[in-house]
Amino acid sequence: MRQNVLRPGLLVDINDLPLNRVEDLPEGGLRIGALARMSDVAQAAGVVQRFPVISQALLLGASAQLRNMASMGGNLCQRVRCSYFRDATSPCNKRDPGSGCAALDGFNRGHAILGTSDKCIATHPSDVAVALVAMDAVVHTRGPADDRAIPIEEFFLLPGDTPEREHPLEHGELIVAIEVPATPTARLSIYLKFRDRESYEFALVSVAAAVRIQDGAIADVRLALGGVGTKPWRARRAEASLVGKLAGEASFAEAAGQELAAAKPRPLNAFKVELAQRAIIRALMTLTNGDTR
Amino acid sequence: MQITMTVNGVSHTRDVEARLLLIHFLRDELRLTGSHWGCDTSNCGACVVWLDETPVKSCTVLAAMADGRRVRTVEDLARGGRLDPVQQGFAECHGLQCGFCTPGMMMTARWLLDHHPDPSVAEIREALSGQLCRCTGYENIVRSVRWASEHEAAQPAGGDGGTGRQAGER
Ligand SMILES: Cc1cc2nc3c(=O)[nH]c(=O)nc-3n(C[C@H](O)[C@H](O)[C@H](O)COP(=O)(O)OP(=O)(O)OC[C@H]3O[C@@H](n4cnc5c(N)ncnc54)[C@H](O)[C@@H]3O)c2cc1C
Ligand code: SF4
Ligand code: FES
Ligand code: FES
Repeated sequence: MRQNVLRPGLLVDINDLPLNRVEDLPEGGLRIGALARMSDVAQAAGVVQRFPVISQALLLGASAQLRNMASMGGNLCQRVRCSYFRDATSPCNKRDPGSGCAALDGFNRGHAILGTSDKCIATHPSDVAVALVAMDAVVHTRGPADDRAIPIEEFFLLPGDTPEREHPLEHGELIVAIEVPATPTARLSIYLKFRDRESYEFALVSVAAAVRIQDGAIADVRLALGGVGTKPWRARRAEASLVGKLAGEASFAEAAGQELAAAKPRPLNAFKVELAQRAIIRALMTLTNGDTR
Repeated sequence: MQITMTVNGVSHTRDVEARLLLIHFLRDELRLTGSHWGCDTSNCGACVVWLDETPVKSCTVLAAMADGRRVRTVEDLARGGRLDPVQQGFAECHGLQCGFCTPGMMMTARWLLDHHPDPSVAEIREALSGQLCRCTGYENIVRSVRWASEHEAAQPAGGDGGTGRQAGER
C-alpha cells in the first residue's frame, strides 16, 4: 500500500476480534486462531512438543520484531515478494491482469520452478504455510453467508491463467482459524531453510519434513517445499516413492529426483533444482539420524 | 478517531486519522523523534519500539491499534540523567556511526538483555537480525550489547534498564 501497489478503498482493522488463541485439541491436534501472533504460536507448548516443524518454520521466518506483530492469517495471505509485483511500474499479471510478466525473462533468481505458468512464476513467500501444508492443516473461514473448512492445499491456488487470484476467499470472508490434525508422524519433524544470509531472509529453498519409521522401513512421510513453488509445495511424488522403502540416502535421493523431475527452471533459478533435491535429502537424513550435517 | 495511549509512562489522548502509523504518531504528533522512520517496507527496523512489553516495528502498527496500550521508545532508556547500560555500551564500543539505526537497535537490545542477561554473540545477532545498519558492519553493535551485558552482570543494581522499574518512573 505504501508503495502504491495496492489501493484498497476501505481498510478494516480486525485485530480486536477474539481470534488469537492457540488451543490443543483433545485428540492431539491444534486449533490456531487467525489472529494468533507468529511469535506466540512458535512458543506454544503444544506446537513445540507435538509439531516442531511448525514452530521451527515460524522462528525461521521474518524477524522477532515482525513475528511479534504478524498474525497467522496474515502470514498465509501475504502477497508475493516478486520485485516486479512490488514495483508498480513493471508489467505484472498478478497486479494488473493481462499486462504481462516481467519476471519471465527478467531477474528471476528467486522465482519458482514448480507450479509455474506462462502468466506468473512468483514463489509463495510463507514459511509456516509450508509446514502447515505438510501437516494437512485445514483453513476455517467465515463469510457473510456461511462457514467453510478448506484443506490448506486447496487454499493456495496455482497461478494458471489467473495469477491475480491466490486463494479462494470471497469478498467479506475471513480466516478464523487453522486446524492441524493430530498425527504421530509430526513428532519427528523438521523445517530446514536455505537462503542467501543466515537470518532475516526469504527461502531460496526450504523443506518441511516428517517421518515415521517402522521396522527400518518408512511407514509414513510428509514432505513440503518452500521457495520453489508458486504455492507451498506438497511433494506428493516424493512421498509416494518413499513409503515402504528403507530409510537411507539412496531412497531419499530417488524420491527427491522424482519430485523435481517436474521442475521448469529458468536460467537464473536453475540452481534451485539441485538445491531442492539436496535439501530434501538433508532433511530426511537429519530426521533419521543418517547424518546431522 | 480519538485514541489514548501511554508513551514512556505519560498518557496521551489525540484525535488521529485511522490510517496513521504508530511511527508517525510518535514522531509527528508527540514529537518523539528518537524513533526513526527508515523505509516503506518494514525492512529496516529503525522504528522499533516496545508495544506493552514487546519490541515491534512501529511502522507495522496503526496508531489506533495501540489505543489503550503502553509504548516505550528510545527516549525512555536514559533515566534520572543516567544512560542505560545499552546506551553506555554503544558509546564505549563505537556501536554507531550515523546513528540512524541506533534507536531501534537499542530497544531490541534492551529487551534481549531483560530476558537473556548473558546472550552469546550468535543470540545477539539473531535478535538484532530484523534491523539493518548501513554503517557499522554490525561488529561493534554486537560488542556494545556484550559490553552492556557484562556491565550489568558486574553491577546488577545499576543495570536495571526497565523491567524492575515502573514505566515512567524516573
Ligand atoms: C521484511 C520482512 C521479512 C519477512 N520475512 C518473512 C519470512 O522469511 N517468512 C515468512 O513466512 N514471512 C515473512 N514475512 C511476512 C511476515 O511474516 C507476515 O506474515 C506478513 O508481513 C503479514 O503479516 P500481518 O499479520 O501483518 O498481515 P497483514 O499485512 O495484516 O495482512 C496480509 C494480508 O492478509 C489479509 N488477512 C490478514 N488476516 C486475515 C484473515 N484473518 N482472513 C483473511 N485475510 C486476512 C490482509 O487483508 C492482507 O491482504 C516478512 C515480512 C517482512 C516485512
Ligand atoms: S512472476 Fe508473477 S508477480 Fe512477478 S511479475 Fe510475473 S506475474 Fe507479476
Ligand atoms: S521504518 Fe523501516 S522497518 Fe519500520
Ligand atoms: S550507524 Fe548508520 S545505519 Fe547504523
